[in-house]
Amino acid sequence: MAKRIDIKDVDIYYGKFHAVEGVTVSVPPKNVTAFIGPSGCGKSTVLRTLNRMHEVIPGARVEGQVLLDGEDIYGTNVDPVQVRRTIGMVFQQPNPFPTMSIRDNVVAGLKLAGTRDKKKLDEVAERALRGANLWTEVKDRLNKPGSGLSGGQQQRLCIARAIAVQPDVLLMDEPCSALDPISTLAIEDLIGQLKQDYTIVIVTHNMQQAARVSDQTAFFNLAGVGQPGRLIECNDTEKIFSNPEEKATEDYISGRFG
Amino acid sequence: MTTTDSLVDRPATSPAFQPISGGRKTKNLFATVLVTLAFLLALVPLGWLLVTVVVNGFEAITTSTWWSHSLKGVMPDEVNGGVYHAIYGSVIQSLICAIIAVPVGIFTAIYLVEYGRGKLAKTVTFMVDILSGVPSIVAALFIFALWITAFGFPKSALAVSFALVLLMLPVVVRSTEEMLRLVPDQLREASYALGVPKWKTIVRVVLPTAMSGMVTGVMLAIARVMGETAPVLVLVGYSRSINFDAFDGNMASLPLLIMNELMNPEAAGQLRVWGAALTLILLVMLFNLVAALVSRFSAVRSK
Repeated sequence: MAKRIDIKDVDIYYGKFHAVEGVTVSVPPKNVTAFIGPSGCGKSTVLRTLNRMHEVIPGARVEGQVLLDGEDIYGTNVDPVQVRRTIGMVFQQPNPFPTMSIRDNVVAGLKLAGTRDKKKLDEVAERALRGANLWTEVKDRLNKPGSGLSGGQQQRLCIARAIAVQPDVLLMDEPCSALDPISTLAIEDLIGQLKQDYTIVIVTHNMQQAARVSDQTAFFNLAGVGQPGRLIECNDTEKIFSNPEEKATEDYISGRFG
Repeated sequence: MTTTDSLVDRPATSPAFQPISGGRKTKNLFATVLVTLAFLLALVPLGWLLVTVVVNGFEAITTSTWWSHSLKGVMPDEVNGGVYHAIYGSVIQSLICAIIAVPVGIFTAIYLVEYGRGKLAKTVTFMVDILSGVPSIVAALFIFALWITAFGFPKSALAVSFALVLLMLPVVVRSTEEMLRLVPDQLREASYALGVPKWKTIVRVVLPTAMSGMVTGVMLAIARVMGETAPVLVLVGYSRSINFDAFDGNMASLPLLIMNELMNPEAAGQLRVWGAALTLILLVMLFNLVAALVSRFSAVRSK
């Protein structure tokens, strides 16, 4: 549980387009790291390389190393399916499976991996839903479709689904950008609890959110349109928001650009 | 002076909302009348056809032996017998066709949507396009040349089914492809992110989500090939009695029965033609109805 991630000199390409250049970041275990930066700077792209999700896009490739507790997830014999089982992900848009009930959505990861034991699945479903602060709201309608929930509930359902497979790391790609402030608060509280057990990396456009939930913050920027995105600064969240080392970081967080 | 009065009476600014101008009203009326007329015009042949077939065929399909007997031993001028043999033929030929065409079509569509990249996928799409433009008589002659002339097999219901496969395949591929493309990529990504392999994502997430639409497409494709006439004319002989063997011998089907009874100058023959036509329409309708029910049953619910 809760492993550390070391991103070492990673370059990411989409076909011929050089999207991200030379990123090196360490994410300690049981810690929330926020990626901030303007649109198109490659923070989501970096996040997606952490569980090899970018490979879904044809032509995408990565150079460099991503180490999970010292083990390169881009090693020659590493199965991307295994990587994704170890490093879970929550997306920007809540995306519960429309054909499945709330319970089946939560245990989808286990069920599709072949677990049949109904009792165990029920236990996992309850634990994951409690973990995502959704249990009391849905415990009486576990067999109803997941798409009948509100947006905020759906997003917590997706978090429950991601933690049901007990990953070592949880990646969140702007998990609150489609939600209202109350649902956002619920998710942020949840992130605070989840970091007891998981290593969390979150991409967010909302700097207050980064300041509220994260322990360390990485600021990404790009030199111009068509230029690769790069990491400008990574430091303790408190330091980034009070006394950043780089001028660009200060300009960005103080709203002078972006 | 009158002009000053009217100037004083006039409001300083014209109101923000003007009444709809006469020109716009006329144009709107014209367009409404035009589309309504076009709709009614399109409805006329459909309604006419249905009424004619029902009026002329109703007597035939309500005779006691229509749904349960064949025409074996029935004289051309005798109002007796039924089309059981032809219904059996139509249904079995379509089903054999579906058993071959549906899996191949669905797998092709899955390849095109989930795996196909580059030249091969483009070629497959192109071939499917060409296949969907092949006239049924050409498909029938192709099977005749290949299966009967070159391979030396006898004319049979099976040969008909093969020709129907050629006609059904592009319809199934196209409709399934459309349905699979409607499944949002987010669902695939959600599944991958849980550590589910690609093939399992397709089987357990993508296909169930698209199932309802796929079923409708397949059912409509079956209903379509059921009325095909050219293959049965070329590839199987007509029989007035029941033949359960799809691999050998003559076998009737509804379109074939209609073609044969058309040559019968007696009133009883005319009656059978209309009756068979009505039966075919009812059969196709039944399939569409089943399709609608199945698709409603398997549809994605949100409440």
